Amino acid sequence: MQDELRQKAQQALHKKAALGEEIDLDRFVAGGKEHSYVENLKSLPQEEKEDMLVAGVDTTEKQRTGSFILEDNTVVHAASFQDGLEVLGTAAALEKYEWLRDYYWNLVDIDTDKYTARAGLEGEGGYFIRAMPGVKAVYPIQACMFIAQEGLLQGAHNMIIAEEGADLQLITGCTTGRHIGSGMHIGITEIYVKKNAKITFTMVHNWSEDVAVRPRTVSVVEEGGAYLSNYISMTPVKSVQMYPTTYLKGKNSVARYHSIMVGYPGSNLDVGSRVVLQGEGSRAEIIARSLTRGGRIVNRGHLLGEGAGVKGHLECQGLMLSPQGVIHAVPELEARVDGVALSHEAAVGKIAQEEVEYLMARGFSEEEATAMIVRGFLNVKIMGLPEELEAEVRKAIELSEHSAL
Amino acid sequence: MLKVEDLHVAVGGKPILKGINLHIKPGETHVLFGPNGSGKSTLLGAIMGFERYQVTEGRILFKGEEITGRSVAERAKLGIGIAFQRPPVLRGVALGDLLKAVAPAPSDVGEMADPMHLASFLERDVNSGFSGGEVKRSEMLQLLAQSPNFVLLDEPESGVDLENIALIGQAVNHLLQKDGFNGEERCRREMKEGRSKAGLIITHTGYILDYVPADLGHVLYDGRLSCTGFNPRELLGCIHKYGYAGCTRCLA
Repeated sequence: MQDELRQKAQQALHKKAALGEEIDLDRFVAGGKEHSYVENLKSLPQEEKEDMLVAGVDTTEKQRTGSFILEDNTVVHAASFQDGLEVLGTAAALEKYEWLRDYYWNLVDIDTDKYTARAGLEGEGGYFIRAMPGVKAVYPIQACMFIAQEGLLQGAHNMIIAEEGADLQLITGCTTGRHIGSGMHIGITEIYVKKNAKITFTMVHNWSEDVAVRPRTVSVVEEGGAYLSNYISMTPVKSVQMYPTTYLKGKNSVARYHSIMVGYPGSNLDVGSRVVLQGEGSRAEIIARSLTRGGRIVNRGHLLGEGAGVKGHLECQGLMLSPQGVIHAVPELEARVDGVALSHEAAVGKIAQEEVEYLMARGFSEEEATAMIVRGFLNVKIMGLPEELEAEVRKAIELSEHSAL
Repeated sequence: MLKVEDLHVAVGGKPILKGINLHIKPGETHVLFGPNGSGKSTLLGAIMGFERYQVTEGRILFKGEEITGRSVAERAKLGIGIAFQRPPVLRGVALGDLLKAVAPAPSDVGEMADPMHLASFLERDVNSGFSGGEVKRSEMLQLLAQSPNFVLLDEPESGVDLENIALIGQAVNHLLQKDGFNGEERCRREMKEGRSKAGLIITHTGYILDYVPADLGHVLYDGRLSCTGFNPRELLGCIHKYGYAGCTRCLA
């Protein structure tokens, strides 16, 4: 790492994050055990395969164009099966490509807070995924962030680049081994969507009850490009705070954020999505659905209109399934030039009696009716995923719901 | 089939129905007229058992069983079905999936939806972005899947164009065993004798009566059935001529 970056990081090691509860990083073990490289995912222990599947990572690699696995802080697997798609560990990629230095710590500042600083100093675990110009991935690439050691601090620095006209789908599953209770994950992700390119980034969180998570993600979209982000968290987790931000730099660029999250007793989720609309005619949509079974969820959204004729809509919906939980919707709209059209709608409350009775009148019991409404609320269909990916996400949700019970 | 005895219903503490008596026998179709706010929807809601309609006096019997304290689901299971006037949107619940879950036996929902011109709606969320006519057709389609013995229809033709009214009329006839979809040839007497299903229809305009033969009409006025048991068309004519109040005086 360049001295300059290192210096900045060191100075920020105690810098509080703007949002979220303070996590004491000294509670966690840094580094951890080195793991050996896994040539063939079939050779992974059966138990790990199952754990990864719950987060949408299929070790049979059927209908995948590439795989990446970070186990603790070791890159244990990185492979791509389609020409024009590259999957490497970030450290390896930085060695291979001198130019990548310009992309590295370029969108996310290393001294944003103590989490970015710490991740920066911990090393360069994480993935580098790139689609060459005009290359369209047939299937999604999968990436797994896997914590296998109790109490570990996992730091990942990910870089995703879709070159001009490329189309890339990524499903990233974050999970812990089934015997792991606590851990800390810091993920830095810098995403570049070049001219007329498209990235569909789907993240499934399937952490354990005592895991704290601080992702720091920034993406930038050039002219005619599209960045589609999907976030799903349906299992108990201790603490998540993230506020991924997209800069729509290019003319007519598009960003869309969909998130679905469930809070359990003891969970503290502070999750938002921010889009800065700079390019002329750029458009953004943020849709967030949160449901609490007793946990605390802060659901943020922020649209900033800085370019001519930009349009954005933000939708926050919260469903209270428990008298204990908290859902706090914080939608923000900010216009900095005239001629922007930004709107939002937010609704938080319990399940509408009217909807329950509607279904009861069709012969369903109150419990059945409630379950149908909840399932509908959490339906990933709204994400408009490619068919295979949607099937995978559904499968992951079913498994994670099952494992949450 | 349905017997309502001295029914008093309040909504939010305010008395709306003030002693309703109604008897609908198997095979009969009754029509309920009345001005806005007279309590028509309240009567239907109370028969279905919705929470906001509190029965303060009287009782409701269905197939000889008292159902006054029963849940909505229990009433539905006993064979009561309702078409909502303004149903809620069910986000993330596809119409096709709902129909499959509603139908008592596994059925081809595509085949079911086709006559109601809703085959292309099966993937869509229930009532989401549906037009007025589509909402009504979807309500009828759900009832066809449910196949209740007794149907409550709250203004099945409101907000519906003439062509769609015909379609809805057909569906109602099918539900009430008055006709088949493809016009199966049976004489009126045969149909009437073989009929066991019954219904109660709210209508303002009476347009639905052009398609659905009904047996008896009632006028609900200020929470009371003021004039009851007449030929529905005759009653409608009377309302046209004298207004609801006048009609009440004239026929009572």
